[in-house]
This record gives sequence, structure tokens and C-alpha cells, in this order.
Amino acid sequence: MSVFFLRRILTLVATLVAASLIIFLVLDALPGNAAQMLMGADASPDAVHALTVKLGLDQPLTVRYLLWLKGMAVGDLGNSYVYGTPVAGLIAERLVLTIPLAIMSMLITVVLALAAGIYTAANHNKLGDVGVMSLTQVGIALPNFWFAILLILLFSVKLQLLSAGGFAGWDDGIWTGIRSLLLPAISLAVVQAAILARVTRSAMLEVLREDFVRTARAKGLGKREVLWRHVLRNAMIPVMTVMGLQFANLLAGTIVIENVFYLPGLGRLIFQSIANRDLIVVRNCVMLLAAMVVIVNFVVDVLYAFIDPRIKVSNL
Amino acid sequence: MSDAPLIEVKDLGVRLNTSHGPAQAVRGVSFALRRGETLGLVGESGCGKSVTALALMGLLPDSAVISGSIRLDGAELVGLPDTAYCRLRGNRISMIFQEPMTALNPMHTIGHQVAEPLLRHTGVSAAEARHEAIALLDRVGLPDAAKRVDAYPHQFSGGQRQRITIAMALACQPDVLIADEPTTALDVTIQGQILDLIASLVEERGMSMILISHDLGVIAENVERMMVMYGGTVVESGETNAVFTRMGHPYTQGLFRARPRLGARKGTRLKTIAGTVPELADLPAGCTFADRCTIAEARCRAALPAVVDVGAAHGVRCIRTDVSMDAGGVGA
Repeated sequence: MSVFFLRRILTLVATLVAASLIIFLVLDALPGNAAQMLMGADASPDAVHALTVKLGLDQPLTVRYLLWLKGMAVGDLGNSYVYGTPVAGLIAERLVLTIPLAIMSMLITVVLALAAGIYTAANHNKLGDVGVMSLTQVGIALPNFWFAILLILLFSVKLQLLSAGGFAGWDDGIWTGIRSLLLPAISLAVVQAAILARVTRSAMLEVLREDFVRTARAKGLGKREVLWRHVLRNAMIPVMTVMGLQFANLLAGTIVIENVFYLPGLGRLIFQSIANRDLIVVRNCVMLLAAMVVIVNFVVDVLYAFIDPRIKVSNL
Repeated sequence: MSDAPLIEVKDLGVRLNTSHGPAQAVRGVSFALRRGETLGLVGESGCGKSVTALALMGLLPDSAVISGSIRLDGAELVGLPDTAYCRLRGNRISMIFQEPMTALNPMHTIGHQVAEPLLRHTGVSAAEARHEAIALLDRVGLPDAAKRVDAYPHQFSGGQRQRITIAMALACQPDVLIADEPTTALDVTIQGQILDLIASLVEERGMSMILISHDLGVIAENVERMMVMYGGTVVESGETNAVFTRMGHPYTQGLFRARPRLGARKGTRLKTIAGTVPELADLPAGCTFADRCTIAEARCRAALPAVVDVGAAHGVRCIRTDVSMDAGGVGA
């Protein structure tokens, strides 16, 4: 176990270092000078130079890269070029929204997808299967921002149950926060659930063809029992792989939905920072996303070993 | 031991939906099996022997159409709802499958899998079931059963896994054991051990057994009676000794000649039966073997021949037994 974790964590760190290098170099290679951008085209060269020195942009590339790494290690990500406030604080403010939203959306996705996937596999080629699979087809084709607007029309405008946008924060209680994230979470979940349901269904159907399913039936288990006790767990490996990818996507790929609901999430922060050329914020946000994707994949790998006894932890 | 048959199959027919269209995989199969008797089913792949076994287990796909009758202790099984069938499977009728490598669930411990039928059919507690599972694994000769009960299937060899599936099938002391090619996937050295194990368990527990094999040697050594299947029909049936002494059907004779022999002169080619097995979706109206038979004549193809008695309880589905049994002369 310890050897496995050591090896796996070493690859994890190596991946992150490689990612940081690429992110740093690509953003550094972008044309334009941050100091010039901040002060505008009319600024005097002396003032621009002073700001360049102040931001530390005059130092050699390697020094700046190492300083950044050191800063990440101690949690000091520097100050935003635009707002002058610490980048760590800016990101933390957004994560308070983005992470709960991703988790809520993932929960809805998993519940919907497993229910639909198991139901359709159990009723393979019957009317219910065809019906639910057609629905997932629609779900995949649905643009989520458009579906979000429909949800707003129904729940906010017509029924007046939920607010049409904005984030209430967590100070007024967890429930208030959850309520304000419910519609965006559903909008994000629908498309993902449709995809995951299809993955679940095909994974289950594949396992249903295995010999041990017949063995289980020969022991006297009913079709449903076989599905729950013998098929589901075997079908979980591909399902979890897709779930990992989807969760990573929920952390970063939600900018459109954030805009529809006026949510101050991580996606919006990245978008604004790019527009403002606030490269220090962009760099750290992108790094954070890379780290989250790598960590989610790591967690999925560990879960494989928990689910499937054949995956020896040392072989991962 | 009563004389009433434990299992009585009458005119069993199975129609399967295959990719080539509907196929009559089994037709006109009839036999009876008393408590403690052993019956062998022999034939090449696709002859309907496994389909017959699955029909007995009620495990054919939903789309299969079953006709005729299967009675267990007088109770009709054809058309029985699945929930009722579930109470019989693994309890009164059990089955051992061909592929031990894939017949076990890779995600569950072997102890769990052996205990599952016990938990399902008997009122025992989980602890009792586990205890019983260890005893069963011990009985089938799994070394260190008590220690390895929590191991997973991939930690065992093919032969050991087949022992585990046998323990599983025997868990509830079934009346009937169906063994579908139980040793085909195993090393030759292990085959004998597994067959001996099955034979001793069958005797010890007074079970009836249906042993399915394509190997005439396995059949000759392990069962009292045998049925030879071809193209979905039983072409010959009788006491194993009687059939091996006087083979009546040209197909049985061909099968016997085709077996490899020790001591044959070097360079002697194996005898084969010319032609190929007919497509089940496209079976001829007459004798299914007619196209490969050396003594077939026009009337063989007209209609499915009736069973001719050629000895005590020895039936042959052939209208040319006069010729085949004279010329045959093959026998053990």
C-alpha cells in the first residue's frame, strides 16, 4: 500500500510540475507587457518601468518561475495586477461557490444517471428502455444554457420558487446557499446525467453477458437481485472513469451557466482576468484547475482498487 | 428409492431466436431420470445438449420458445414463473458450468459466493452460512479452505475455481446436478480429479446427475445411461454399456471412430465425419444426419425417423439400423 501511494504521489507531483512549467511558459510568451496594459497606452515609459520593477517582471524567467513555485508552496500567490488584492483570496472567494456547485451538480448527475442506467439495463430493449434512452438523447443534444433559461422561466418567473440568479452565500444558512445553486446545478447535471446514463447502461449490459451472471441465476437469484448484487459493482469501473472526467469539467467548464445565473464562480474569474490581462490570476487559476483534474483522477484510481480486488493497489 | 422418476422430460422442444432467424435448437427430447441415476449427454458443439440443460434450469433467454414438458417430482417446470423457478435453482437443481475462469464473480470473495445459495434458500444466518461454506470448500478439496474463504476468484487456479463452483452447486444439497462440460476448460491432469470428485459427491449425496460432454471417454466412465444428440435431436440412447457394445446410429459410430487412439501407428490420420454440422436455423425435414451419413437413402430425408428399439431400453433414431448395426461392428 505504501509503495503504491509513494509511486502514485510521485507521478502526481511530476504531472503538476510539468503542468506548472507549461502554464508559466505559455502565459509568459504572450505578447504585451502587463505593466503597460495596466497603465494604458499613454503612460510614460518611466512609470511603466517603475511598475514593471514593482511587479517583479524585470527579473529573469527562471527566478520568476521559482518564486511562483515557492509562493504556491507557502500559499502566497501574489497580488492581482488589477485589484491589488491577494490572488489566493480572490480564488478562495470563488471556490466557496464553485466547489459546492460542482458537488451538488455531480450528486444530481450520479443519482439521475444510475437510476436511468440501471432501469434501462434491467428493461433492455423494452419500451421503458427505448423511452429513457430517447430522453437521454434529447438531454445530450440540449444546450445547457438554453435549458437553464427554461428552468428560470418555470421556477423563478412562473412558480416564483427559486431566485433567477445570484448567489446568496453561506452566511444565511446552508439551505439558502443550496437554494440559490439548485437551478444552475440542475442545468449542469442534465447533460452530464444523460451521458453518464448511457455509459452506465452499456457497462451494465456488457456485464450482463458475463458467465458469472448465469452462475448467479443458477444459484436461484432473481434477475433484479443479480443486477444489484453481481452486475452493478462490475459495471462501475467505466462509470467512475467518466464520473471523474465530468467532475473535473464541472470545476472549470461552467462559465456559460455562471453567466446565465450571475454567479461569481471560478469560471467567471478566469474569464474576467483574461479580459483584464490579469495574468497572475489566470496563471494561478489554470494551475488550480490542472491540480484538481490530476487529484480527481488520482482519487478515481484509488477507488478502482477499492471496487475491484483484481486491481492490485501496487499495479496502479 | 422410489421408482417414480425425479425428472421426466417429454418431447422437449426449444426454439431460439438467433441472428439467422428462429432456430429449432432442440426437438423431441424425452428422458426420465430416477433419484440417484446418472445420465450422460454427448454430441458436438451446437447439437443442443447445453440448450437442453439450460431448459431444465429455466435459464434460456426470454425469447426462447419451449414446448413439451419437464417435470420435477411430478411438478411441471415448463411455463413456471421465474420467481417460482428461482426457488428451485441452486436448491433442488444445480448446475456446474464449463468455464471456471469466468463463472465466478471477480468482485466477490469465494466464501460469499458459496454461501449465497445457502442464504438464499435456507434460513441460516450469515455466520452459519460462512461456516457451511468453509465445510463445503473443504469437502471439494480446496486446500486451506478456512484461511482462503475470504480470497477472490483471481487468486485461484482453474482447477481450484472449478472446485469452488462445485461447492457452490452442492451448497443446498440439490436433487439434480447438471454438469455442463465441467472439465473441458481444465488441464488434462486436473480433469480426472474433478470428475472423480463429482462422482464421489454424487454417490455420497444420492444425487441424480446429468453430465454433458463431447468426450466419449468421459461419458463411458462416469454415467450409467447416455444419450447421443445431433442437430437438436437424440439420435441414440441407452445404457452406457449397451450403447458402447452395440452402437446403432451411424453418427454414434462416426463419433466413436473419430476419437484419437493411443498405440495407433504413426502417421495414421484421425477419422472424421465428412461434412459439417447443419445450421440449426436451417435444419432438414428428415434425419438431421442424413447429409453426412454414408448409408442415407431418399426416405431418410423425407421425415424425422422414429426411435427404433434395438435392445433393452436402447433406442436408435434411424430407419436403417438393419444396415448400420450389421456393418457397424464398432464397439468398445
